[in-house]
Amino acid sequence: MKKTGSQIIIECLKKEGVEVIFNYPGGAVLPLFDELAHAPFQKILVRHEQAAVHAADGYARASGKVGVVLVTSGPGATNTVTGIATAYMDSIPVVVLTGQIPTYLIGNDAFQEADIVGITRPCTKHNYLVKDIKELSRIIKEAFYIARSGRPGPVLVDLPKDILVESTEFKYPDKVTIRGYRPVYEGHPGQIQRAVTLILKSKRPVLYVGGGVISSNASKELIQLVEMLGIPVTMTLMGLGAFPGNHPLSLGMLGMHGTYRANMAVMESDLLIALGARFDDRVTGKIESFAPQAKIIHIDIDPTSISKNVKVDLPIVGDCKRVLGKIITLLEKEDTHAYKEGLQKWRRQIEGWKAIYDLNYRQEGMIKPQFVIEKIFELTRGEVIISTEVGQNQMWTAQYFPFMKPRTLLTSGGLGTMGYGFPAAIGAQIAFPNRLVVNISGDGSFQMNSQELATAVQYRLPVKVAILNNGCLGMVRQWQEFFYEKRYVCSSLEGVSPDFVKLAEAYGAVGLRATQPEEVVSTLKKAFSIREPVVIDFVIDPCENVYPMVPAGEPLNQMRLI
Amino acid sequence: MRHVITLLVENEFGVLARIAGLFSGRGFNIESLSVAETLDPTISTMTIVTRGDDAIIEQVIKQLNKLIPVIKVVDLIDKEFVEREMILVKVSTTPQTRDEVLRIAEIFRGRIIDVGNKTYTIEVTGDEKKIDAILGLLKPLGIKELVRTGRVAMARGSKSSTEL
Repeated sequence: MKKTGSQIIIECLKKEGVEVIFNYPGGAVLPLFDELAHAPFQKILVRHEQAAVHAADGYARASGKVGVVLVTSGPGATNTVTGIATAYMDSIPVVVLTGQIPTYLIGNDAFQEADIVGITRPCTKHNYLVKDIKELSRIIKEAFYIARSGRPGPVLVDLPKDILVESTEFKYPDKVTIRGYRPVYEGHPGQIQRAVTLILKSKRPVLYVGGGVISSNASKELIQLVEMLGIPVTMTLMGLGAFPGNHPLSLGMLGMHGTYRANMAVMESDLLIALGARFDDRVTGKIESFAPQAKIIHIDIDPTSISKNVKVDLPIVGDCKRVLGKIITLLEKEDTHAYKEGLQKWRRQIEGWKAIYDLNYRQEGMIKPQFVIEKIFELTRGEVIISTEVGQNQMWTAQYFPFMKPRTLLTSGGLGTMGYGFPAAIGAQIAFPNRLVVNISGDGSFQMNSQELATAVQYRLPVKVAILNNGCLGMVRQWQEFFYEKRYVCSSLEGVSPDFVKLAEAYGAVGLRATQPEEVVSTLKKAFSIREPVVIDFVIDPCENVYPMVPAGEPLNQMRLI
Repeated sequence: MRHVITLLVENEFGVLARIAGLFSGRGFNIESLSVAETLDPTISTMTIVTRGDDAIIEQVIKQLNKLIPVIKVVDLIDKEFVEREMILVKVSTTPQTRDEVLRIAEIFRGRIIDVGNKTYTIEVTGDEKKIDAILGLLKPLGIKELVRTGRVAMARGSKSSTEL
């Protein structure tokens, strides 16, 4: 039977198991929206297309499924770019469907025309312009396959309006064959054997764990490996939750705002085992002096990540879960007990660093942001999905919230997108309607997507926004304080932000405020008991900074501790 | 170091833009690039000449491989290979220099493909050294216009470049 392009897309989305579409309509995609009327998807109308992608991204990070976005041509499409770039940098599977003007008008500077395929080429894993309806179902199938396989990422499909209304025979392809795309999942057996040998020879090993462990669902294997060998674990921002944050062998995060013991351990280690991480500059600090004594094993599904920034001694291209599984199988034949015992001295050395300096703050005077974060953890016992914005709120969360499980932290690590966290929390809440979702925010970041309060209210999503309100763009202010002799240019929001309680109320959400430390717990309790969107304005100490800090370009052991 | 990279790509719109964008976006250098359809009309072949140290070339090759429409990438540098480039060069002539231009063209097995009152247009094919040499000789005589195809390259021996 013949189907229109719009009907074909709906059929394809059904076959892909899509449950929800984050969308914003417009002229070029109206035929598809018309068809959506009868389709079995939850349709979430956001208030800005950027938020649609962040929401789909949050949905994908929290659930492991592909997030789907549908927007119109021109400005609808260009508004998605920041969201797409965010998902790309963090390897998040999202499929973005954009409307396009009819094929016969493309290139004519028609109304709401934008070359979105050209614009998003460098920030998508792949993208398509559908020029022939006969290719439509194959392209949609490929888009989902590419988005979720290998190193995941966003894929954009541009849909000209005439394609949406034309008709053709519909047949959904059974399988995908792309001759230029064959991700490698199984690591090389010889390399895996060599890795086991290197590990068993090491005296001061560290596991350096990134977001790849989360996207390949390899936490179970990671924990098993650590239990076997007793190797300490440090995580990147993207890796938090891959290993329980309160485990005795967790060193917390490493890098610019990493813990003292994590950074010292990396600098002193003789073997660094990088798992699904990419040696980002915020992790390595000065690259020449990163882990100077260590041999490096790098396990990653993306060959371009290997030896890009740091020369690696033993690369293994493959999926973290499968490679870890094979390493464990090989180790089961070895005397891991003796090895584990042998690492005692190393673990004691690390404990010593913890005793010298650990994350700390004192709750005196005004509310401290770290105090709020710790109380969120205590009240929820970690049973919560946290999203953050970017800046101090993000770093304090990474430091003071011990993430226990994968997919419980949603944060823009690579691109560092302010305004990400609130729509991402909305996406996560849609994936898990009955779980508590808290967006830890800042007064600056929240204003970058606060319009999504309307979305949260419309769909009765009980997302909680905890604004750590310090009246400034805190991380900018911190850098200006440290590196620009306290010239606070354009970083103050003192007295010029809206009243966040009234703002929430204006949208029909609940607004709460805490100004004193003793109000923090009761305000959080109240917020968590309300089955509605709640914005909490925590008026915090404006002078609080994120410590420790490795200034950009310095070696990891050059930490500012206070 | 100079590398000659040959690749097979899907013959579809936008592939060239993806490859050019990859080089410009990541700060890789392209010295020359040529592209055309192969015997299989669904596949194009590209020859890219680029420069960089080992780490950069490793990234260039990995990043090219990562592009979905790129089917195969071969760095010819550690193989025996032949490379050629064709140029068309319009040389100004005077009654005194016309014979010399002809002689130079002949020595380099160039062909005169157009003759004007005051110009010869010469077609020459060769590797980088040969092309540089003839241009060096013609330059003092007055080159009015020069177009180059960019390098094309192929592995020596019975195997095709992409079987290597």
